[in-house]
Amino acid sequence: MDKSYNAVMGRKNEIMKKALGIDYTKYKITDIAFDYEMMMDDVGYSIKEIFDIQSSSKVGNTPLYFLPNITKLVRKYAPKGKGAKIYLKDEAANASGSFKARRASLSIYEAKKRGYKGVIASTSGNYGAAVASQAAMRGLKCIIVQEVFDSRFVGQPEIIEKARACEALGAEVIMSSVGPELFYSFLSALEDTGYFNASLYTPFSIAGIETLGWEVMHQIRAIEGRDPDYIMITHAGGGNLTGTARGVLKYKMENKPLNYTEFVGCSVDLSGLHMASDIDFNKKSFTTGHTGFGIPFAEWPDRADTPRNAARSLRYMDRYLTVTQGEVFYATELLAASEGIERGPAGNTSLAGAINLAMTLDQDAIIVVQETEYTGAGKHPQAQLSFARQNGIEILRGHPEKSINGKNIVLPYNIGDFQYKEQDLAKLKISYLENLISNYPNIKLQDEDIEFLSNDLNEDPKWIRDNLFSILSKKGK
Amino acid sequence: MIEKGTWVKVEKVLLKPEERTAKIPPETKKVPYVIHVCGFLKEKANIGDEATIISKVGREHTGKLIESEPSFKHNFGDFVQELVDIGCEVRKELEQLNE
Repeated sequence: MDKSYNAVMGRKNEIMKKALGIDYTKYKITDIAFDYEMMMDDVGYSIKEIFDIQSSSKVGNTPLYFLPNITKLVRKYAPKGKGAKIYLKDEAANASGSFKARRASLSIYEAKKRGYKGVIASTSGNYGAAVASQAAMRGLKCIIVQEVFDSRFVGQPEIIEKARACEALGAEVIMSSVGPELFYSFLSALEDTGYFNASLYTPFSIAGIETLGWEVMHQIRAIEGRDPDYIMITHAGGGNLTGTARGVLKYKMENKPLNYTEFVGCSVDLSGLHMASDIDFNKKSFTTGHTGFGIPFAEWPDRADTPRNAARSLRYMDRYLTVTQGEVFYATELLAASEGIERGPAGNTSLAGAINLAMTLDQDAIIVVQETEYTGAGKHPQAQLSFARQNGIEILRGHPEKSINGKNIVLPYNIGDFQYKEQDLAKLKISYLENLISNYPNIKLQDEDIEFLSNDLNEDPKWIRDNLFSILSKKGK
Repeated sequence: MIEKGTWVKVEKVLLKPEERTAKIPPETKKVPYVIHVCGFLKEKANIGDEATIISKVGREHTGKLIESEPSFKHNFGDFVQELVDIGCEVRKELEQLNE
């Protein structure tokens, strides 16, 4: 069989179909529109069944902690009367040390049930360890394809740790140099093995996160007697936000909503660094949870490794904030020093955002930070900052405004210096529509498309029509 | 000579620079796309030889043998003064707030 790049990429659809066992044509309405809810319903498990599957695989029921000392410090710097209460969902307590265990649990359960002998995932995040961990406990073989090093064979400590964890959990790890051709290695491995594609973007992966949202609601009601005002969600490919929001909304549907809960996405700002650059690769301290995934996946979710992406963040996102690498490292040290828990930096992205957001809110407001991740060699601020320094990045104390990605990391003097950037959601939604027009240049939009886009972007049909009209007018169509 | 069955690492060039996808920055385009995989050496070989390994899931990969008994050497990094400072500052702030 011809295993050249072009030949394997040319067989993409056929490889995917076999490796997912999902017939996506079933959900197709038009070339653009598809029945998202029907696709999610076809997962076929109720929340209770998902809880059962997850508790049988060492996932879920993680603690929710109030952070009294961080809340106290927030109130020191906030204007009088401001400073919301911050809670933290300690997802590091899952089997593989992050919320990604939830995403893997259902996929691997399903792969086993459908008779696949093994699973494959392509990821630079904690998902690799999650898939390897779930595969180990269910007796399936596992291959993880991961971008690990640059052309000098140097990898940042966080990604090396992720590769180690996958290998420790029994996976074959294909460690690659920098480049989007990772997808070629991934497809090629799927074709050679006939294993299940445990993609981050299947309906199973997203449904597995719904329990996180559900648990947050259940736990916060038991403590506070009401719903959180804000849930801060680290945002990359969009699954975390989509799954959590769906779980919260399902809980509210079943138990009546008590008050409105905003879903706030938060990413580390890595603007200016190219995700496929061999040089920029080791100039960033974060391999996930950053804008390099967060923005393109929000603007065009169907760039994923599945025919339709089940992670569609703009359906649910109310606000989108970005924070600097320095703020996240500061928040990580703050969590250890003030609350006595050491957790991995990337998982604290939304904590950094929450600390800042809390200062703008009344003291009776409640923010839930919905994840943490494990820490250890490599996944640690000292390992990552000293690696950055070795790679010519200047480490400074100062105001986050002075951050220049690829040149420095600015650690704030105190949380009073924190300054998130509010991203313009309308702009992201317009980029989505622009991407749609470039992907389907000759399409004649039908009513079904407008309805789909209205749901996919959480805007009314008039907004969709007006903006599409304005984009097409600019293009002279 | 490395004995058969030893845990080793092989290197494979999957795409030469000229075979790489066009949609990448020039600095990435000028270097090959390379993978490393670890496994048990199928037949005895020397470093630098073309060798076949059997991975943890039983798959075979053939490439240049680059390391015998590879291990992960990442750690907690070098001393970072700024982190020690932040920890001390935070504890002091909390002490003052609790007075």
